[in-house]
Amino acid sequence: MKRIAIVVVVLLGVVGASLAVGAGNQIDTLRKAAIDREPEAPAIAQVENNDIRRKRAYPMQPPTIPHKIDGYQVDLKVNRCMACHSRHRTEASQAPMVSVTHFMDRDGNFLAEISARRYFCQQCHVPQTNARPLLANDFHDIDDLLRASQSPSQQH
Amino acid sequence: MKAFLRKYWRVITSPSRYYSLGFLTLGGFTMGIIFWGGFNTAMEFTNTETFCVSCHENIYDELQQTIHFTNRSGVRAICSSCHVPHDWTDKIARKMQASKEVWAWVTGSISTPEKFEARRLALAQHEWARLKANDSLECRNCHEFSYMDFTRQSPRAVNMHSTALASGDKTCIDCHKGIAHRLPDMSDVHGF
Ligand code: HEC
Ligand code: HEC
Ligand code: HEC
Ligand code: HEC
Ligand code: HEC
Ligand code: HEC
Repeated sequence: MKRIAIVVVVLLGVVGASLAVGAGNQIDTLRKAAIDREPEAPAIAQVENNDIRRKRAYPMQPPTIPHKIDGYQVDLKVNRCMACHSRHRTEASQAPMVSVTHFMDRDGNFLAEISARRYFCQQCHVPQTNARPLLANDFHDIDDLLRASQSPSQQH
Repeated sequence: MKAFLRKYWRVITSPSRYYSLGFLTLGGFTMGIIFWGGFNTAMEFTNTETFCVSCHENIYDELQQTIHFTNRSGVRAICSSCHVPHDWTDKIARKMQASKEVWAWVTGSISTPEKFEARRLALAQHEWARLKANDSLECRNCHEFSYMDFTRQSPRAVNMHSTALASGDKTCIDCHKGIAHRLPDMSDVHGF
């Protein structure tokens, strides 16, 4: 009995100490609230539907989708995206055609129709919302890097 | 047999012995109203969603996920907003076709999800043909082209509405298939 009591006291001590250390560190979580409080949920972000194409961060980046895609069915039966983005639909829809890479199989051969590995568009392409980023993004694209290497004095 | 008929003919044609003419007229009038009312009530019931869903349950589940079930305006489209014309004569014609549906239900053309899936493209094509023929009348009952504010629509919508739709080349259903339900296999359908 006595031994159990000692173990409990020691454990409590350890827990208390670690809590104190945690509080001292002020670990910044994205949660922004004490562990025992339920923070208010942020408002649901709105999907951008302004049809303005965004800049790509690097040439191989799948472009983000500049329109909403609510209710667009993509399954075995039908691919709604291809009703606008396929080669033979672009005239009627005035949407950009999927690029040639979408017709390539994994050995680099060009197929007649969209390749199976590019069928489910949202694996790579996503719409954007007006949500404010929780953390700043310090990504530098290739132009920044080249400029930086050319004029080392102006490094940021 | 002949005598029997003649006897009844005489009863029907001879003036009433027990009831006044006024009573008969009023009675007939009342019965008429009751029958007409009952007929109307039956028509109203066959327009309710409960009635449609009793045979098309899976379709209802799909509708619940679309903009025509919940949206920011709180306006709901029910089955009959899109599927039964509001015009009275059209309504009757539609009901006559619906009695074929009751028969098909008895023969069970869509009685299981598998049968429905197999039949789905054909059924969808009936609806597309109907909406194409009436220039998407049901859609226009709620969405009137003349009152569309292009400055409040998305650029993609404006580009299409101000061209192909405005000129009458295309109607709503040409571009908006699958607006309320999951689509069947579309590989042979124009526009996909
Ligand atoms: C009704 C026709 C239509 C449908 C359906 C459609 N799009 Fe688009 N999409 C467009 C048009 C038009 C553009 C050109 C920019 C604009 O106007 O939004 C575009 C632009 C894009 C772009 C940007 C291309 C770039 O170079 O920046 C991507 C990515 C895209 N769509 C992906 C998709 C995906 C994924 C789907 C299916 C979930 C889809 N689209 C469904 C019409 C459509
Ligand atoms: C495996 C990832 C992947 C999938 C899946 C995929 N894409 Fe892409 N997509 C890309 C990449 C990467 C690019 C940019 C480089 C390129 O063109 O290959 C791109 C480019 C595009 C572009 C711009 C083309 C241009 O010339 O500006 C469109 C439009 C597009 N994709 C539409 C689609 C559609 C529609 C689908 C679904 C049918 C789809 N993509 C599926 C990766 C993907
Ligand atoms: C008694 C069962 C039953 C009820 C109630 C019913 N349906 Fe149907 N419906 C069917 C069957 C069975 C079919 C398939 C007919 C076939 O296979 O050709 C069908 C087909 C349809 C179609 C396909 C279009 C076509 O012409 O083939 C639509 C649309 C439809 N029903 C809408 C409705 C609506 C709206 C209601 C309510 C007002 C309703 N149904 C009530 C059994 C029913
Ligand atoms: C916003 C309009 C709209 C509403 C509301 C609607 N439908 Fe439809 N329905 C359509 C259109 C359009 C089609 C043609 C196929 C397509 O484009 O999806 C269709 C097709 C159908 C079909 C043929 C099979 C198929 O899936 O294509 C049936 C059955 C049907 N609807 C029943 C119903 C029932 C039952 C309800 C109510 C729960 C309902 N619909 C509500 C527009 C609507
Ligand atoms: C009962 C009235 C009614 C009928 C009938 C109706 N709609 Fe709608 N529709 C609405 C409402 C309400 C909205 C949502 C408006 C909002 O809040 O943005 C809507 C939204 C839409 C949207 C916008 C979808 C989006 O994602 O923003 C399209 C497209 C549409 N309807 C097409 C159709 C077509 C095609 C038909 C005919 C088959 C039809 N509607 C029949 C009431 C109706
Ligand atoms: C030539 C093709 C075409 C025709 C015809 C057409 N639309 Fe559209 N409509 C579009 C496209 C493309 C969009 C934008 C993409 C989407 O919502 O999928 C759109 C969007 C909409 C929207 C949403 C508005 C927004 O700002 O996004 C409504 C509502 C709508 N259409 C109703 C209708 C109605 C009602 C008719 C018939 C009177 C009709 N449309 C005819 C192509 C068309």
